[in-house]
Amino acid sequence: MIELEGLTKRYGEKVAVNNLTFTVRPGIVTGFLGPNGAGKSTTMRMLLGLDNPTAGDVRIDGKRYAQLKDPLKYIGALLDAKAMHGGRSAFNHLLCLAQSNGIPRARVHEVLDTVGLTAVARKKAKGFSLGMGQRLGIAGALLGDPEILMFDEPVNGLDPEGIHWIRNLMKSLASQGRTVFVSSHLMSEMALTADHLVVIGQGRLLADMSMADFIRQNSRSYVRLRSPQRERLLDVLHQAGITVVEAGNGTLEVDGTGAERVGELAAQHQLVLHELSPQQASLEEAFMQLTAESVEYHAHADHQGPGDAAPGRAPSGGPPPGQRPGQGWGSGWQQPRKGD
Amino acid sequence: MTTPPTPQQPQAQPQQPQAPHTQAPQPQQAYAGAVAAPQGPPATAPAAPPAPAAPAPPSAWQQAMSNAYTSPIPVKRTNLGHALTSEWTKIKSVRSTVWTLSIFLILVIGIGLLAVANTQSDDYQDVPFTVPAFFGLMLGQICLITLGVLVTSSEYGTGMIRTTFTASPQRHRVLAAKILIFFTVAFVASAGSILLVGLMASGAHSGPEAGDIPWGGTVFKGALYVSLLGVLALAVGSMLRHSAGAITTMLGVVLVPAILPGFLGIWDSTQKLGEKMADYNAINSLAKIFQIDDFDSATGTSQLVLLIVLTAAAVVGAFALLEKRDV
Repeated sequence: MIELEGLTKRYGEKVAVNNLTFTVRPGIVTGFLGPNGAGKSTTMRMLLGLDNPTAGDVRIDGKRYAQLKDPLKYIGALLDAKAMHGGRSAFNHLLCLAQSNGIPRARVHEVLDTVGLTAVARKKAKGFSLGMGQRLGIAGALLGDPEILMFDEPVNGLDPEGIHWIRNLMKSLASQGRTVFVSSHLMSEMALTADHLVVIGQGRLLADMSMADFIRQNSRSYVRLRSPQRERLLDVLHQAGITVVEAGNGTLEVDGTGAERVGELAAQHQLVLHELSPQQASLEEAFMQLTAESVEYHAHADHQGPGDAAPGRAPSGGPPPGQRPGQGWGSGWQQPRKGD
Repeated sequence: MTTPPTPQQPQAQPQQPQAPHTQAPQPQQAYAGAVAAPQGPPATAPAAPPAPAAPAPPSAWQQAMSNAYTSPIPVKRTNLGHALTSEWTKIKSVRSTVWTLSIFLILVIGIGLLAVANTQSDDYQDVPFTVPAFFGLMLGQICLITLGVLVTSSEYGTGMIRTTFTASPQRHRVLAAKILIFFTVAFVASAGSILLVGLMASGAHSGPEAGDIPWGGTVFKGALYVSLLGVLALAVGSMLRHSAGAITTMLGVVLVPAILPGFLGIWDSTQKLGEKMADYNAINSLAKIFQIDDFDSATGTSQLVLLIVLTAAAVVGAFALLEKRDV
């Protein structure tokens, strides 16, 4: 378990991390989310005792990091893929880490096997691709078989197979009862792996809630419709008191009504539907909305851009529920999502 | 399946449908335990079960904590011994060590043997048999300086230092281990090579013309001097955290006091300073240790003491900065 209490880091005038208080619990994957420069890596470095906090405190199972006598058995961390000497072989890199914590040599072979680097164990780390470097970093994190695992942007630079592997690894580590704390700037990635979310922006805590709560609070679910008899469909839905939004490309979006009811209505009036699909608005969008506020707070003018207009979106019958008024650049993200 | 008041889906997490009603939740299912917290039979005590809306009831975590993972690897308290084995693995597993030490040995032994081959027994009348090693050491000390700097600063350059300090948050222990390991390696390499050259010279030129000057002390002092120079470089590398900067600084420390006296001698006011520099610069110090300077009988002890003081000061500075700074 990791506990942060009023954690603050200041670099001169700039506040990188501002009064963060939250707890990372065992048995689940906790996603640590924020845009680039939000202070995620700084927070993680403070967790590991690499940076000294300006104020506040971090405790790992009740202890400060520097008080841990055998840190690799408490906490394994992947900070950045290339935090290693390029001239050293993968095996020796792990061996020197293992020796510093009194971990038996056999364990090095085990973790190399776990991450699938046994074949290149004797190769120098500088010849490794980003993905292999990432795997070696993860091997280092797993070395002490720790209760707590921390990954900073683990899927960066990985191919789809590697991403899939990391996702499953994190889930299985959490299911063994370990604390898994993983940072990312990709909401879509977190939606697939994390059970709990901590969102920061500009160093401040924006959200600390379960993934399900986050989805419920922040995402809009709607039904997408396509029909060759669009006008009649619009009439029918209007008569039934259902709010419809035209979403361009001849598609309609219905908020607040289930796909069943819309389908039944269409059948009743013998309307042909080419598409009737329940949709979840992108979580990426919800995340952008959440963090946009903290971004806007510091840099106004630039963010009133293309998002507000939302081309192709003509609301008929008031703004859809669940959509915030005056959203910033986040709303522009709906457009690319239309395809899926 | 259940009565209405039963909190069926706390936080709408995906959960195993059978979990709330099985008698004992599986200990491995920490995830389900942490979220659903299926304690107590809900049918008998409808008011008791945790409120589904309340975020993270503490009881749920405590349960999760009891299910928390424990490693089968035995936990050992780490000590300096662990740090030493780790640093030994580090120093021997990089090319820079191999290169700098090979060049050092080639310079000291190679130049030494050339000198042995080109001297006669009567050349050793006033000087110890280890003198041929001195010429190689003048150049070879640069190799030890480079290695000393790289032992610390290469970790900062590559980012390895973050991994190192994550594994060993007791930073002073890491630096102490680095100094001990480096010093041992440097001392063994330099003492070994000086000794070898001395043995060659005494073997080849032990004629009656050669003076019987004891040379055991020169092996020790010479090796100590260049090894300390390396430790000074290591401390400078740890403070500057930049390989090129630290190597340049150390070259300045070695070369500037050897060059500057030529200028300082011009003015009366700086003449004294110039003389001191000429006496105590690294090259002249080595010359004194090898008793080449036959004007006085000093054997470089005061030069060695100065270097010890300087190195100690740099090491103290490195330790002081190490704990304070972010990495």
